[in-house]
Amino acid sequence: MIGATGPDPGRNSVPHSIDAAFTALPLRALADAALARARALGSDHADFRLERVRSASWRLRDAKPSGGSDSTDLGYAVRVVHGGSWGFASGVDLTMDGAAKVASQAVAMAKLSARVIKAAGSDERVELADEPVHADKTWISAYDVNPFEVPDAEKSALLADWSARLLAADGVAHVDASLLAVHENKFYADTAGTVTTQQRVRIHPQLTAVAVDAATGGFDSMRTIAPPAGRGWEYLTGTGWDWNAELEGIPDLLAEKMRAPSVRAGRYDLVVDPSNLWLTIHESIGHATELDRALGYEAAYAGTSFATFDQLGTLTYGSSIMNVTGDRTAEHGLATIGYDDEGVEAQSWDLVKDGTLAGYQLDRRIAKLTGLGRSNGCAYADSPGHVPVQRMANVSLRPDPGGLSTEDLIGGVERGIYVVGDRSWSIDMQRHNFQFTGQRFFRIENGRLAGQLRDVAYQATTTDFWGSMEKVGGPQTYVLGGAFNCGKAQPGQVAAVSHGCPSALFRDVNILNTTQEAGR
Amino acid sequence: MSRTKPHEIVERALELSTADGCVVIADEESSANLRWAGNALTTNGVTRGRTLTVIATVDGKEGTASGVVSRSAVTAADLEPLVRAAEEAARAGASAEDAQPLVTGVPASTDFTEGPAETSSAVFERFAPALGEAFARARAGGRELYGFANHELVSTYIGTSAGLRLRHDQPNGTLELNAKSPDRLRSAWAGRSTRDFTDVDPTVLDAELAVRLGWAERKIELPAGRYETLLPPTAVADLMIYQMWSASARDAVEGRTVFSKPGGGTRLGEKLSELPLTLRSDPNAPGLESAPFVIAHSSGDDASVFDNGLAVPATEWISGGELARLTTTRHSAELTGQPVSPGFGNLILDGGGDRSLEEMVAATERGLLLTCLWYIREVDPATLLLTGLTRDGVYLVENGQVVGEVNNFRFNESPVDLLSRASEAGRTEQTLPREWSDWFTRAAMPALRIPDFNMSSVSKGV
Repeated sequence: MIGATGPDPGRNSVPHSIDAAFTALPLRALADAALARARALGSDHADFRLERVRSASWRLRDAKPSGGSDSTDLGYAVRVVHGGSWGFASGVDLTMDGAAKVASQAVAMAKLSARVIKAAGSDERVELADEPVHADKTWISAYDVNPFEVPDAEKSALLADWSARLLAADGVAHVDASLLAVHENKFYADTAGTVTTQQRVRIHPQLTAVAVDAATGGFDSMRTIAPPAGRGWEYLTGTGWDWNAELEGIPDLLAEKMRAPSVRAGRYDLVVDPSNLWLTIHESIGHATELDRALGYEAAYAGTSFATFDQLGTLTYGSSIMNVTGDRTAEHGLATIGYDDEGVEAQSWDLVKDGTLAGYQLDRRIAKLTGLGRSNGCAYADSPGHVPVQRMANVSLRPDPGGLSTEDLIGGVERGIYVVGDRSWSIDMQRHNFQFTGQRFFRIENGRLAGQLRDVAYQATTTDFWGSMEKVGGPQTYVLGGAFNCGKAQPGQVAAVSHGCPSALFRDVNILNTTQEAGR
Repeated sequence: MSRTKPHEIVERALELSTADGCVVIADEESSANLRWAGNALTTNGVTRGRTLTVIATVDGKEGTASGVVSRSAVTAADLEPLVRAAEEAARAGASAEDAQPLVTGVPASTDFTEGPAETSSAVFERFAPALGEAFARARAGGRELYGFANHELVSTYIGTSAGLRLRHDQPNGTLELNAKSPDRLRSAWAGRSTRDFTDVDPTVLDAELAVRLGWAERKIELPAGRYETLLPPTAVADLMIYQMWSASARDAVEGRTVFSKPGGGTRLGEKLSELPLTLRSDPNAPGLESAPFVIAHSSGDDASVFDNGLAVPATEWISGGELARLTTTRHSAELTGQPVSPGFGNLILDGGGDRSLEEMVAATERGLLLTCLWYIREVDPATLLLTGLTRDGVYLVENGQVVGEVNNFRFNESPVDLLSRASEAGRTEQTLPREWSDWFTRAAMPALRIPDFNMSSVSKGV
């Protein structure tokens, strides 16, 4: 049911070492002190996680620096299963006594939980799915140049140059530019003997050109569609994305968008570009196949899922050409890891197979609770101050190996819309009803693009939408999209995740006119 | 180093500075939380941390540049490298567009040299047993409880090379309770903000939710369309917060927000509502106290690191239904010719009404009563059209009585338009904005009656 395949945890595009400043920290000693205290206090399981997460942003407004930051979050967490209850605590005091004290606090929190559970008359006990011991493993993501080793002046100069190119074009009134970069190190150790040390790098450049029609008060924008990536600085210098080509095209696209007619609301065939479809996948498949949600553990906040556990293997999710994988091994994926935050090795597995719900995303507790066997490695915490929760793998729609190009998909549409780039997104708490907009909407007439449209949003129900997918594009259309800021859990956590997909053709989808929706 | 007092760290960092200007912000953070699902605790935690932010400013021929570097868990060995990193970032960068002289003339906080305020699991000593009792009552009553209780305290110390020595303690607590029927076909929600958990009782909220689940025993299906709708205070808060995000004076002057005026300029002075609405922020509002001075860890569209320590006055954003003020930093105030109006730490909407939500229900011939809004996102910045969904209970009111529960809806609406169409504002009360409660909790809002709220489509979600 969960077709797990093992990764090659050691692979790299360029060999790197774990940052020496991180490995110089007293990782083992702190872990030993914490785990020993947890054992001594009678914990059934304990894990220790020390993280250093460096996040930086550079922002320009009309080619001038408008703010930036460079933050490093360093600390550690101890999580225990004690007396059948979870306990969690975190701290920043990098001494053996400090680590032991945090372990004691975690045990105290477990005891507090046990009291509440007892008062409620519950007999629920936390148990974890088995996982092989991974002793002394290291893993580093695939990147060439650590963005934090590039001088800030070089970063700002490149963003300023790109901004200036856009500002020089007719019709561009303003340009906002930003670059986000993260360098994440994690050390994990548990009482079973697993010890992992990992390093990941991710980056997200983005530029938005704004046009203003002062006379009418109208304005609109056109943003780059380059996705964030699990890559280094090389992503801005020609590896993985053609920035020159994208920037060159934006002013004309924006000018055309300002002149474009407003869409007539109704039903249309859609060819959805990967730059838009990744977000629809994220919201309507990625979150819906998180088993903790389906079981109710996010019910009060992020919500539940229509894809309930009793429908595993039977729910018709979409058309028979729909195949979706959960994958923590994809090269340059934002959710790609060697081992998750419970020491589980990264895997790849089916979520939707031939249109039917075939699997879920799991952590060790949920895997044990539901009898699904081994966890598929979806536990993640975004900081040392947060408890690991079940977070999204890279969830991707498989292309058709012999599938059509985007142009040929468009060629099969008599009256429709080609949707490019993401903009707004919203979906209900069980992942049924969604509404998305985009950066660019092109009218399709008799198999050809016929100029842009404005004010477009598509609105559908998840299973209707995926059931209307008539064609999946070929590998030549496949792009790994994604985001840095997927939110879940309380206290709130953000995770970075990628979604690969080809272009795809959907028939008879409801299109709204957003101006009419605003009552104008 | 972790046992060193925060003010000493601030002073030491300032001593180490060799830049033309320096701002040091020490945030001492502690938190405790409980989370539950299906009448049982699921996760919990306590945290303790310190983040030090150093902002170095360097004067040059073309202006002043700034460098901002933050580190958590700073040790004595880290302090000088941290200051140098900020200085290096400033020297490597171009001049900052928002550069201003550092703020001066603010009297020092009398408690600047005191240790930080802290929270711990002790904040739940009375609450946790009451929560267990609520679980037991819910179980006996055929309800499942889901939710989250969070308490955090941040003590912020600001020192600057211009002489400021300021400190602010910000407690922040939230309680969210969601009750469901065992088949999960009925759902109800309530939330509260609190400074210390002495004024919230989960058994009282559970009792409120039991009533709402009772209302939901009768199901009524309604199609998409425009309905007279009562927006409760939590929903109004979520919409007003989003509206304030779009209230940058600079963006408005540049012609790229809903508050831009066709032909140029802003909509300041324009009547937004026929109701006598006042939307304001006040750092000293009772129960909603927020920082009385600017705390800016980085610059952005509505904040400037150069403004750290600047007094945050009580501000009316909408007065008597008229747009009165847009947000500015000192820099954007100069650019736009507007008064300096730093961003908001709380939001209070007053419409002059005195009816409770229950009294507004009683005065409704036929309409929808919402519980809250969810997944609110911007569709069109020109109109500030937002989309989102109703959640955890939409009730049909007929002849002043709730007669059953209606399916959920997706809405497409602009808060600015809603203010113009609102026909009644109820009594202002403290509320927890549900959508944005993970970062913004200090709000007081009235319920609003909207004659024609746009329910764009039906949502099957429960």
